[in-house]
Amino acid sequence: MTPSYVPLSYYLVLSGFLFACGVAGFIIKRNIISIFMSIELMLNGVNLSFVAFAAHWHTLAGQIFVFFVMVVAASEATVGLAIIIAVYRTRETLNVDQVNLLKL
Amino acid sequence: MNFHLILFLAFGAVCVGGAINLLVQRHPINSALSLIAVMAALAGEYLLLGAEFVAAVQVIVYAGAIMVLFVFVIMLLNAGEEEHTGGSRIAMLLGVPGMLTGSVLTAWVVLRHSGTQSVPIGALPGSPRDIAQLLFHDFLLPFEVTSVLILIAIMGAVVLASKPEASAGEGER
Amino acid sequence: MSVGVFIFVSVIKSLIVLIVLLTAVAYTVWLERKVVGHMQNRWGPTRVGPFGLLQPMADGIKLLFKEDLTPPHVYKPLFIAAPLMAVTFALTSIAVIPFGNSITIFGLNVPLQITDVNIGLLMILGVTSLGVYGVALAGWSSNSKYSLLGGLRASAQMVSYEIGLGLSLVGVIIQSGSLSLRTIVDAQGGHMLGFIPRWNIFHGQFIGFFIYLTAAYAETNRIPFDLPEAETELVAGYHTEYSAMKFASYFMAEYANMITVACVATLLFLGGWHGPLFGPALLQAILPLFWFGAKVFGFLFLYIWVRGTLPRFRYDQLMAFGWKFLLPVAIANLVATAIAVAW
Repeated sequence: MTPSYVPLSYYLVLSGFLFACGVAGFIIKRNIISIFMSIELMLNGVNLSFVAFAAHWHTLAGQIFVFFVMVVAASEATVGLAIIIAVYRTRETLNVDQVNLLKL
Repeated sequence: MNFHLILFLAFGAVCVGGAINLLVQRHPINSALSLIAVMAALAGEYLLLGAEFVAAVQVIVYAGAIMVLFVFVIMLLNAGEEEHTGGSRIAMLLGVPGMLTGSVLTAWVVLRHSGTQSVPIGALPGSPRDIAQLLFHDFLLPFEVTSVLILIAIMGAVVLASKPEASAGEGER
Repeated sequence: MSVGVFIFVSVIKSLIVLIVLLTAVAYTVWLERKVVGHMQNRWGPTRVGPFGLLQPMADGIKLLFKEDLTPPHVYKPLFIAAPLMAVTFALTSIAVIPFGNSITIFGLNVPLQITDVNIGLLMILGVTSLGVYGVALAGWSSNSKYSLLGGLRASAQMVSYEIGLGLSLVGVIIQSGSLSLRTIVDAQGGHMLGFIPRWNIFHGQFIGFFIYLTAAYAETNRIPFDLPEAETELVAGYHTEYSAMKFASYFMAEYANMITVACVATLLFLGGWHGPLFGPALLQAILPLFWFGAKVFGFLFLYIWVRGTLPRFRYDQLMAFGWKFLLPVAIANLVATAIAVAW
């Protein structure tokens, strides 16, 4: 079968849109966990652009870098969620607007 | 209108819908589930580009482990729906149009100046064997460093999330 | 073959496998009740049909017509979606499991597998990882203390034993050199020393098999690891608030998971469809399927046998066993296999 082609820019536009949604979520959300999830969305958008460019330039290093991004995202999610739990224990709230003092 | 484009648009629609749903939903559990849908659709996109191992790892690690962590925390902390405060209304007023403008501008620039570069379906088959060759020869140092990073993250999470010592109760007397 | 024929054949294969799997689920329930009954010196179902063989049908009709009660303060969307998720993920992983070599029907060469993916084993691991959501979301959306605690316990248990499961599979992957299930089975053909079949359980993965067995019992929430759903603990755990068809979905998902795990164990450790072939050509074409079924049946019998025999673990014992014993043993098995293969 002859291969079917999709322009590379389509993948980049999708990746950019996911990144933009992540940024928007980071700005407009007030729940700490939702902000954190927007960060994960940004990382996913970047992963897609890595894989798309790897396919374009025919180098597997792009796909390898996705692994490192995933590992960093996993560690960051672990530590971040632990911090969120610690903050919740002391402040009793998950609303970012109410966590604005260094000392209770 | 070829098969690759149809599949790309199908998975892309799920990605876009999930991302917008994440912004619109007020309860974090709904946002978490939309994010899982986005990750699953992204795994489909990776398959379209031939990255089969990356797609499998995306499902196993990202959608199956990291998001489980998020769902656990949302369940344990009993996160409720979020309210709209004054600050969040201003942020929505400035943030959403700003994000829209930025992304539309970027998309327009990319689509205008892309030339005729296209990728075929399954462009770069990333079999586990090839990825392992690269990962354990050229990228061995980053691989080992990330293992240390994970170890540090585990230790940090255990310390940060552990209950405070009994000395906190003594201070009340 | 052309795209249209390929899609048609795949749809037919999917339908056949789905029907066989659902029937197998129903009759695994019957098998369990009979075997556990005989172990406890009683008969099990005997009234409905000969040997109680129509009991699953009676159970199915009962569950269909039972009142589907939705408690008032549950989180409705997830309450309804969680059992659907559990059943979907349980039935999805059967798609990459090969049942035999190719057969030739109407001039078409049809492999006995719905799809042969290069990364079939990873797909099964992925679906197992996603299966945690069916349990966790059910526990949370039921808006009840027992369900929440049961759901959290069950999902923490499943996530912990996934690691042991994955590591035991990696030993097999290192030995066979491929992630495709068909290649792994093909590497187990032939004999060593003349009469011992070259199955992975005899050929170096003996400990791996027992690690896989233990981790699989924990993944499917079966005795001795069934604390999250035992009736004497936390009422019924994450499916306390479910009734009728939704409860039946969880039941079906659990037994479908059991059958999938049995199929994977057969393919990876017990040699798949390899067995003595004899007789005329038609019999030789059917015999591999029979050997596959017999091995899966043996593994399921082992599952049920353990259920009738062992008491259950306490939750902290369970987690300590998974992290402090099973994980180091699995890593040691992996290192030993890697050294053996490298030499």
